[in-house]
Amino acid sequence: MSDAAPSPPSAVLGEHGTGGPLRARTAPSSRRPSGGHGRRGGGGRSLAGYGFVAPAVVFFVAFFVLPVLYAIYLSLRGARLTGGGALGIRRETWVGLANYRDALTDPQLLASLGRMLAIGVIAVPVTLGAALLFALLLDVPRVRAVRFSRTAIFLPYAVPGVVASLLWGFLYLPRTSPFGFTGIGFLDEPALFGSVANIAVWSGVGFNMIVLFTALQSVPREVYEAARIDGCGEWQIALRIKIPLVVPALALTGLFSLIGALQIYGEPQTLRPLTSSISSTWVPLMKVYRDAFTTDDIGGAAATSVVLALGSLLLSLLVLKAAQRRTRSSS
Amino acid sequence: MTTLQSAPRATTTGPSPARGRGRRSTRWLPTVVLLLGAAYCLVPVLWVLTAATKSPGELFTTVPFRPGTGFLDNLRGLFSYGGGEFGRWALNSALYAGAGSLLSTAMSAAAGYGLAKFAFRGRRVLLVALFGGVLMPGITLAVPQYLLLSAVGLAGTYWSVLLPLLVNPFGIYLCWVFASSSVPDETLEAARLDGAGELRTFWAISVPMMLPGLVTVLLLQFIGIWNNFLLPFIMLSDQGRYPLTLGLYTLLARGSGESALYSLAVTGAAVSVVPLVALMLVLQRFWRVDLLSGGVKG
Repeated sequence: MSDAAPSPPSAVLGEHGTGGPLRARTAPSSRRPSGGHGRRGGGGRSLAGYGFVAPAVVFFVAFFVLPVLYAIYLSLRGARLTGGGALGIRRETWVGLANYRDALTDPQLLASLGRMLAIGVIAVPVTLGAALLFALLLDVPRVRAVRFSRTAIFLPYAVPGVVASLLWGFLYLPRTSPFGFTGIGFLDEPALFGSVANIAVWSGVGFNMIVLFTALQSVPREVYEAARIDGCGEWQIALRIKIPLVVPALALTGLFSLIGALQIYGEPQTLRPLTSSISSTWVPLMKVYRDAFTTDDIGGAAATSVVLALGSLLLSLLVLKAAQRRTRSSS
Repeated sequence: MTTLQSAPRATTTGPSPARGRGRRSTRWLPTVVLLLGAAYCLVPVLWVLTAATKSPGELFTTVPFRPGTGFLDNLRGLFSYGGGEFGRWALNSALYAGAGSLLSTAMSAAAGYGLAKFAFRGRRVLLVALFGGVLMPGITLAVPQYLLLSAVGLAGTYWSVLLPLLVNPFGIYLCWVFASSSVPDETLEAARLDGAGELRTFWAISVPMMLPGLVTVLLLQFIGIWNNFLLPFIMLSDQGRYPLTLGLYTLLARGSGESALYSLAVTGAAVSVVPLVALMLVLQRFWRVDLLSGGVKG
């Protein structure tokens, strides 16, 4: 084992041993770059390696590593009165973990995390479920209008989130909504959570469907034909063969949906002008923005950012771990 | 290679294996469910296209989905608003997404190739960092990025939106997978024996081999940048540098004061959807999502 890093995605992978040239060849070569050849070339060769990765490394350090370190630094500092009494001066000083304590006990942040959770709990399973359903249906023989449906469902992926929110915003707005007859207040809580989640579902379902559909297509056809000869119906084939085979792809799409839900921002921000139910701290990133730029509490904003980033990282790792275990046990 | 996208196998013409049971009859339930999904995805687009033809008065009074009479006026109003700001936003978006995705893909291709085909010290550390980058949404870093960029005087410039989006950990990861799987070591050795330098080998031999994957990375990144909202929202204050997303948001936010702007926001949304959808339909053939799922498995 030469590197631990890429193993989560590559270990989610090809333990089924089904086709896919990419799969077959990548796994080994990714662990072992042409080192054997490379060494013959001596120092010059690895110098070239550095040359190829250098631009990306420079930008990665400048726009990922430095901001992370800077955010940690800022999160440990804050404005405090020094000197005491009426003569105190506001000054930036070290405050230790005070910002974290404030952030984690701030009812506004907790409420915004709760809303994010509510939206995510609706959006992620619905997106994945619908994407899986459509992908399976596209893969059923003798279904009509496949090309049209596939393109139409993928279409929203090309629509920017802000524009999608704007479109749905008008479809929700009582004055312009074609769904006014339902009497649902789409822009008031609690329906609002569903409304925001719906925008995320609408934007995400097509892309996930395509990823799952292509994963399905890489399964050799003979597997299904054998099952059909054994008398399996299409539903049984879908449940017993197809779904277990796309678990790795499902893990990827689940991961991206989850990361997407954690950084939800554009949708509620765009809907804000249309409703009074969305406060300036409605989701965590909105609160970070407000703290940093409106209330000038940079330390608090930095602490919240660090908590969010760490939370995303942990959740993603958990999903990958779960998918890995699932893949192992099913093979 | 695994191009399955181009083979529409599951259509009515596909031969159905053994077991008669209405060999060539359409399966209606799956077809209807798929069409319902398509309708769900198309309704908002149809709504905005028809709403864009309504005059500001008609927008709030006439039946949804029925075309109105104000389309040309709306278009004129949109493109003359604020001294042609809308056109400028569109150009800015094209600049950010076009230049950004090209540079970003070039950088990802080189880095992925370097990681896959060269052994050097620190490679493992890079891969760990890269993996962390894939899992940690860069957008949570937007505020520290802003503070750092304003410290060097770049906040508010075109660069402040362009530069942070150039490094794309998932793109590098995909390029690493593509380079590993599609560029054989023997070919590289042969090129080197022929006396080709490393850069030339990369450009003339490896890039063409990785091309289908690179196009996919490019498209993903183009759409990613085009759709970005939070970064420009935080970085920019001068409306002349706004991308479309931020411009439309501004129109909508102002619209809560005067409802004529709603009409402009709706028309602007319609106009900004059309080119992207057209682009996507044209590029669908080159869009190799199969490589993406291959990437996860591989």
